[in-house]
Amino acid sequence: MGTLAHTLEAEGISTVALSAIRGVTEKLKPPRALHCEFPLGRPLGKPLDADYQKNVLTAAFELLKQTEGPVLIDFPDTIEDSSDEALSCNLPPRDDTDQHPALAEAKALRGAYDRNLAGAGHTNVGRVGDADAIPELVECFIKIADGTSWKEAGIPTGNILEATKDMMSYYEEAGAELAGHTPAARSAESWFFKQTEGGKLLIAVRAAMKEAKVPFWMYITPMGV
Amino acid sequence: MADQMFRKMIANEGVPVIEAAAFTSPPPLAEARVAIVTTAGLRKAGDAAWGPGDQSFRVFDNDDRDVQLGHLSPNFDRAGFAADINVAYPVDRLAELAAEGTIGSVGAHHISFMGAQDDTMTKIRMDSGKAAAKILKDDGVNVVILTPV
Repeated sequence: MGTLAHTLEAEGISTVALSAIRGVTEKLKPPRALHCEFPLGRPLGKPLDADYQKNVLTAAFELLKQTEGPVLIDFPDTIEDSSDEALSCNLPPRDDTDQHPALAEAKALRGAYDRNLAGAGHTNVGRVGDADAIPELVECFIKIADGTSWKEAGIPTGNILEATKDMMSYYEEAGAELAGHTPAARSAESWFFKQTEGGKLLIAVRAAMKEAKVPFWMYITPMGV
Repeated sequence: MADQMFRKMIANEGVPVIEAAAFTSPPPLAEARVAIVTTAGLRKAGDAAWGPGDQSFRVFDNDDRDVQLGHLSPNFDRAGFAADINVAYPVDRLAELAAEGTIGSVGAHHISFMGAQDDTMTKIRMDSGKAAAKILKDDGVNVVILTPV
């Protein structure tokens, strides 16, 4: 992002950057940066809190009064992620009499996913397919965990990294509905990987790809999972 | 704590060397035309996916709200954006600031790149970044708020 700041300034546009990783901002030295020690993925701090978001923007725009740069200021409030505290919610009953538990679980979550979409009006599922494609994705992941090459598993569009994000988002958005509130940062992700069959499946996919020496195996799940 | 682990690792990564940093003086904020440039790897629902090492950009109309996170990295929260796109793409907040007269106006377009690139970003610096700037300047934008994920 600091690179873009320098590029845009050189083209005659004034920039102010919201910094997420202070160590990188210190090295790149964009002309004006407001460092916000907020959860990664939430650079304005708090979803559904317009006043808080506006305070962040106002503090950022204040830097435009500086007559020379680089200037790096810290926003006074900080927010930590909640990856250590998995979202608390109960999974709906599933029918796994003759199917893989992850497949049964994903199908059972569809109602919660749909209710969340109806309420939020927005979804991050749709990178390789919409929610209808989730069972197919799960079947592809089961094959990879069982030893099939990721290239031959039939992933829609062939983009496995996008496919894993669709799976994570589907669960995280269903989990938000089951919990009844917007999850604290990364708590839905922790719930997915620690408490669901779908999360266990993606961890198995990562292990299989590591075993097969696929160079990007570490991007199948977040660090530390 | 997941973020701290990632921040620590990324802070040790290489960054492009900027030989001569420009500093463009802005107009008064109340007269500024403001656009968002984000590195969140956003895309409109149904648009093509971002690829590894992709240093291109996507253009959105100010009215667009059907934007999705398409960034390839798994190392950031997605649930906040799913609940409220403004937490990384503050289009509604800019509209409010313009209506209040805090900023002059909001650009007709906003732009997304995908961050977490290699340590040279040559294409962004020499090509796509300049092309994005032209689109903004043609619209009269003179201030950009840059947002990461």
